[in-house]
Amino acid sequence: MTMRDVYVIGIGITSFTRLEFPLSEIAAYPAMMAMKDAGTREIDHLYVANMGGGRVNHQTGLASAVVDTLSLTPAGAETIENGPASGGSAVKTGYMAVASGLHDVVMVTGAERMREVNNLDATDFVATLTHPIAEHIYGVTLPSLAAMFTRLYMEKYGVTERHLAMVAVKNQNAALLNEFAHLHQKISIEGILDSPEAMTNNPYVAEPLRFFDCCPVSDGGACVILASEEAAGKVGRPLVKLAGVGQATDTHAVHEREDPTDLLAVRRAAAMAFERAGLTPADVDVAELHDAFTILEIVESEECGFFPKGEGHLALERGETALGGKLPINVSGGLKGRGHPVGATGLAQVYEIVHQLRGEAGERQVKDARIGFTCNFGGFGNNVVCLAFTREN
Amino acid sequence: MSVDLEKILRPVDNPMPPFPAKHMKVASGEEMVIRQVTRDEIPSILQHVAPLVWVERDFYDVVAARVYAELLAYYAHRMQDEYVLVAQIDGELCAVVNGRMVNEDVGMSLHTLAMRRGLRIGAHSFAAKMEYHMDILGQKEVLVVAESPIGFRRWMLEYNLEKRFDIAHELGGVPSWALTKELFDKARDTLVVGRRPVPDELLAKAHEAILPPSDPPRPPDDLLAATRAKYDPTGTALVLQRWKQEGKV
Repeated sequence: MTMRDVYVIGIGITSFTRLEFPLSEIAAYPAMMAMKDAGTREIDHLYVANMGGGRVNHQTGLASAVVDTLSLTPAGAETIENGPASGGSAVKTGYMAVASGLHDVVMVTGAERMREVNNLDATDFVATLTHPIAEHIYGVTLPSLAAMFTRLYMEKYGVTERHLAMVAVKNQNAALLNEFAHLHQKISIEGILDSPEAMTNNPYVAEPLRFFDCCPVSDGGACVILASEEAAGKVGRPLVKLAGVGQATDTHAVHEREDPTDLLAVRRAAAMAFERAGLTPADVDVAELHDAFTILEIVESEECGFFPKGEGHLALERGETALGGKLPINVSGGLKGRGHPVGATGLAQVYEIVHQLRGEAGERQVKDARIGFTCNFGGFGNNVVCLAFTREN
Repeated sequence: MSVDLEKILRPVDNPMPPFPAKHMKVASGEEMVIRQVTRDEIPSILQHVAPLVWVERDFYDVVAARVYAELLAYYAHRMQDEYVLVAQIDGELCAVVNGRMVNEDVGMSLHTLAMRRGLRIGAHSFAAKMEYHMDILGQKEVLVVAESPIGFRRWMLEYNLEKRFDIAHELGGVPSWALTKELFDKARDTLVVGRRPVPDELLAKAHEAILPPSDPPRPPDDLLAATRAKYDPTGTALVLQRWKQEGKV
């Protein structure tokens, strides 16, 4: 079957912070920005990515609320929930709708309002994505799961707490250049690792992961508008093509994997996205990876094929993943610095890549960026969506 | 017969040894000094506390209003046995903490007002306050309350405070929690940090001037948006705010 090419014609985002507005407004605001960016209100269909509306905000049927808030009725609308990969999944669904010829222009917006509850409740809410019988009932949370994973990874590949701190500093300080980022507070290796006060400044959350190894709990929304080549041609914006999509799953319970340090779903989803785009990892100029915990940036950078397995931390040491390096990763601040409103994260990654490929990222612009990549990591690596983008003109 | 009313109104403070200044490195890598301030320095602190009264977020409004009153009362000799500590980075005011001595054995923690966030500055300042009560004043316990969930996490949970619900705290008459000497000793290695003496240059910079906070907490764009949003699922709050920003209303 021949599929049509799909382009991103509009993008929008909110500040990632605490947003004291109804969830539907958090989803609608970046959508308004994206329509303004694209210069169109002709939307055939709306997909809304969200993970916790029903549980955290007592709001279900979110897509129905958002489509009406935006006065886009009678366009079709539906909510897509796929854990922290909801955003990536929604983009992939929008891609299928346009590529298949079902629709010409679709809006994909994502939103989460996690700070309506306290951090303990927010952590518990996210933990509901773990295996209900093998993990969740034993009190597993995402930080604890990530900590066990990190310990194993350290023992096998020589990653140290210093490498984790280097990711934290790189990404949190990158967020200083992103006006929409949640954290605008500079940190240093000395302050979080080396000084006599470092253990108090940066205590263990779940050893070996410390406070600054974990992303903040954020509210926020982000949106992209996808269109066919014909529709995109009518928009006077730089043409960014969604060139490849990939999605893969892995066992629900992490301990059931043959080697828990292998994130096979990331490996497979990335390979699929590259193959469909006709690209290789070496082609990528800028990437947004899902660093909910600092270790994940290192491991995903390997599983996506940017660096050999077990050598992501060495590339980090060489400065290759920083702005100005060989492959800048998470110049937006990533989940660590920009924030992680779970349902919106995949869309925020796309926002950043499109922003970069258009050459509009200002101080954090990656020079001559023409090919971008995102990895949106759901569950603990059990449902992953990767996307590849190319600048066309 | 003439009566000196001021003598009646003004409490006579009991002797309290001074808090020896200390310094520490915060997560940003900057050096922070925590020191006790004198009454003369209170006016220069008040001007930085006042704007926070309008920050309708994380109970900054309530805490700032109360801190303002407590500092003013200290300045005007209307509070018994109060002390005030400040945290400064390069002279910049980062936090104000205060408390008072109830009697020889019991201290009353009043407030912790952080003016820079995300670096545990409030937590470090609270720890210094507890250190003052336990190590310098030699008290057996400190009564504590929290106005915000953040404070609850920092004090009640991190220090594992004991309930003293039969004692009404001076802040609003709410049930008290207590940090005992035993709890403080347990927390000492993990939560109480800082080095002494403070290098002369650092201390001199702190004493030179209390500079305004560079990035103080700010009110949300629309002070009432938070309240309205709770009762308004239609989007009106957001639209009104946008119109306001665009000068349409």
